[in-house]
Amino acid sequence: MNKPLERIVNGVIKENPTLVLMLGMCPTLAVTTSAINGVGMGVSTMCVLIMSNLLISALRKVIPGGVRMPAYIVIVASFVTIVEMLMHAYVTSLYDSLGVYIPLIVVNCIILGRAEAYASKNPVVPSIFDGVGMGLGFTLSLTVIGSIRELFGAGTLFGFQVMPEIYTPVSILVLAPGAFLVLAVLSAIQNKLKLPSATNVPHEELACGGNCARCTGSACAVNHMKLAEAKAEEAKRLQEERKAKAAAKKEGEHK
Amino acid sequence: MNLILVIITAALVNNVVLSQFYGLCPFLGVSKQLKTAAGMGAAVVFVVTVSSAICALLYQFVLFPLGFDYLKTIVFIVVIAALVQLVEMVLKKMSRGLYVALGVYLPLITTNCCVLGAVLTNVQNEYDFITSVCSGFGASLGFALSIVLMAGVREKIAHNTVTRSFQGMPVVLLSACLMAIAFYGFRGLV
Repeated sequence: MNKPLERIVNGVIKENPTLVLMLGMCPTLAVTTSAINGVGMGVSTMCVLIMSNLLISALRKVIPGGVRMPAYIVIVASFVTIVEMLMHAYVTSLYDSLGVYIPLIVVNCIILGRAEAYASKNPVVPSIFDGVGMGLGFTLSLTVIGSIRELFGAGTLFGFQVMPEIYTPVSILVLAPGAFLVLAVLSAIQNKLKLPSATNVPHEELACGGNCARCTGSACAVNHMKLAEAKAEEAKRLQEERKAKAAAKKEGEHK
Repeated sequence: MNLILVIITAALVNNVVLSQFYGLCPFLGVSKQLKTAAGMGAAVVFVVTVSSAICALLYQFVLFPLGFDYLKTIVFIVVIAALVQLVEMVLKKMSRGLYVALGVYLPLITTNCCVLGAVLTNVQNEYDFITSVCSGFGASLGFALSIVLMAGVREKIAHNTVTRSFQGMPVVLLSACLMAIAFYGFRGLV
């Protein structure tokens, strides 16, 4: 398969950022109260992702390794500010309904994860397509979650009345708890159908498998803890050895 | 009195995790054990309170008067990243015990939406300095509360058999859903 197509398939299906990797959960759950919000959030994240992948990949030999994280964050934050201002100017109603979650795209783990895992190691063109694929995957899952919540929670779809008049909307689905409920049921269905999901994707020996794209920050903490535990045990062992030696020496002196 | 109300509103009524959805990544990721969850919660309380103070001052006296408020996202995220580094270095020198307790979690906080979210909310609501600090403190307290509660629930779940398809993430999300419903009850408080 050629490279661009492979990247897109990878982003949409194999490593879908929301449903498989479970990354960037805050926008996923917060803005999907309706399908149109989901689409808006997905598309704006995709724009930022493509542009930041492009720039980071182009600058990958210029940015020194030690300061790469702050550099990436500044690049992403600049693009987010541009997108925010454009949205404020041209799609004001969407801008109002997404609110504070637009600037929060900066700290979306998907964008930094892709920058670290892919764009910083690969040439420009595949990185752009990686951004397109991941962005499409994110947009699609947000649209699906948004549609489900809007359809059952308000009886409409993209603002049009779909359910018959007699249907009473389950309004909890558009409230905060409904977001968790819908995502829980969706990932349970994934597990039931044995599709790739956060639960059955294989985990390597290290808690994160060295794969930063899959890192939600949790893995690092676990790794650090493991390392600290190993170090503590080693130190304890050394101390005991020393004690034993000292005791043996003392005994020898007595004799 | 008003400030107490701000703290309660930020911590319980508008709980960052369960009603605003800030900081879900660590909420789902670091809540496997009570000990790590408590460490993460404490680190977040520390960083959010300090960064809401600094960002409030910066916005009030530098960005807004100069008309640069459209740069707030970039400035705030850089401030937060620098602050986290600084806090880590200061703690390492000054207080060894606190560094050992919080050290592991500090680097992870930069990309925690909880921090940026709390700071941006303060600016959006046009809080003054004291109110910003209180609201940041309350919000992070809410985060710590919910992540510790979640860790407790997950430690209990680990000892029970869960239906096959609900093992792993789904059952965690379901518990989060029930907790969110419970926290929804606080709406009547204010």
